[in-house]
Parts: sequence; structure tokens; C-alpha cells
Amino acid sequence: MKQEERPEPDDPHVMGYGKLFAIIAALLVLTCITVAVSYVNLGFYNVPIALLIATAKSSLVLLFFMHMKYEGTAIKVSFLSTIAFLCIMISFTFWDVAFR
Amino acid sequence: MEKDIDRTGIRLGMWLFLYSEIILFGGLFLLYAVYFHEYPKNFAEGGKALDRIIGSVNTVILLLSSFTVAASITAIRRRSKKLAIFLITFSILCGCLFLVNKYVEWGTKIHHDIFPNSATLQNGPPGTNIFFGLYYVITGLHGLHVIVGMTLLAVSLVFVINGRVNEDRFSMLENSGLYWHLVDMIWIFVFPLFYLVL
Repeated sequence: MKQEERPEPDDPHVMGYGKLFAIIAALLVLTCITVAVSYVNLGFYNVPIALLIATAKSSLVLLFFMHMKYEGTAIKVSFLSTIAFLCIMISFTFWDVAFR
Repeated sequence: MEKDIDRTGIRLGMWLFLYSEIILFGGLFLLYAVYFHEYPKNFAEGGKALDRIIGSVNTVILLLSSFTVAASITAIRRRSKKLAIFLITFSILCGCLFLVNKYVEWGTKIHHDIFPNSATLQNGPPGTNIFFGLYYVITGLHGLHVIVGMTLLAVSLVFVINGRVNEDRFSMLENSGLYWHLVDMIWIFVFPLFYLVL
């Protein structure tokens, strides 16, 4: 790199092209897997498998493309709180629906 | 007279907005889940009626555009302005292509008399009606987000070209990127729920 690196403790890492490329490759592979699996009839298990792959994919997007991996405590904790709230919202609603 | 830029603060602000988006779509997914629990058969039939190929193509398009947006931030920070301009333009074009596919897809469905309040859905089983109702609401709202994301990227592109976004000040591009990635992430869940459920 031609420019000298200025020390900026506040800054997230600059993601290298190679790393980003590896992530997109993984995302495309996972997409192929999820489409392929959808053609196999596993009955009920198709749903959790599809959701599991979707979660893996969105984690990759979140951690690297959205550089959550390199964020500070404030953003990490607030994000996890949002997900926790989402889980409460979904699980409590299902609690009601499933045992009605 | 240099003012310090609070980049973490700027990103945190964007994230706070994104949390509300997560809950918005989370609520819709919850609605989907509850009705899927109620009408699993109709939902499976509805899912089979959707074009898996178009869905997969759109997934790949959005993933690629997310990659180019992420790469454009790296490019701007490494002072390769031309590469950044190319990558952002490519992302916006991906968004256009996504919307064209969506238009074709919706058009085909509407042509087959499948749209909210259509006779086929009104007289069909309630589960199918709900499935396609949710399909139009969720993909429609997601489509609106794609348009907003493209607008944000277009503004960032202008700022990159005229130098207002540069290696020292790139928060506008970074936040537009975060929004774009969120739209991508939502699609990552929409895709299996609507197109791949058996």
C-alpha cells in the first residue's frame, strides 16, 4: 500500500478483497446447497435445514460484509439484544399458538 | 480546522434504525410461521407454484451486489476511486436486475389470476389465499427496500464521484452499504421460506 497507515483505534479493519471473495464464494456454495436440498423431500426436516442454512448465510453477511465481527461492544450488545427480543416475540407467540 | 468524526456513533445510529427493520420483517416472518403452522399443506402447494429458478437467480444477484458494495468500501479506503465507482454502479445495476425479475415474476402470477382479492384466491382454500397474501406483502415490502437501497447507493455514488465520500470520510457509503446488506439478509430468509419450503 502506498499510503502510510494512520493509527485509528476507532476504525474497523479494512476488509481485504481476498477475504471478501472467500465470503461470497461461501455464500454462493451455501445457496447451491439450500436449493439442492429443497429438491429432496425430507418432509418436515426441509424447514429446519433451510432455516439453518439461511442463518449461516446471514451470519456470514453480518459478521464480514457488515463487519459486525470488528465492531465495539455497543453495537454488538445492542444487536444481540434485538435478536433476543425477536426470539422472545417469536417463541412467546408460538407458545400461544401451539398450545391453544 | 479538523473535526473528529465519530464513526462508531454514526454506525450505531444506522444500526438502531436497522434494528427496527429487523423487528418489522421479524413480525412478518412470525405471521408467516404461525399460518404455516396452521395451513402447512396449502403453504407447500403455494411454494411449489413459485418459480424456484427466478428465486435462485435473484438470490445470487443480491449476494453478488452485497459483495461489490463491501468491496467498494475497501476500494474507497485504499484510494482506488475508479474501482469504487465501478463496484457501486455494478451493485445498483444488480438492484435493477433484481427488480426486473420481480416484475416478471409478479406479472406471471397476476396473469394467472393470483393476486390479492383475485377470484382464484377468493374462492380457493384460505391457506393458499394467506400464503399469496403474505408473498405479496413481504416481497413487496422487500422490493421497496431494494428501491430505497438503490437510491442510497446512487447518492453515495454521486458523493464518491464528486469527492465528498473519500478515504477519510466514507460513512455515507458505509451506512448505505449496511442498509443494502440488511436488504440482502432479509432476502436470505425470504428465499427459503417462500420458494424452497416443500
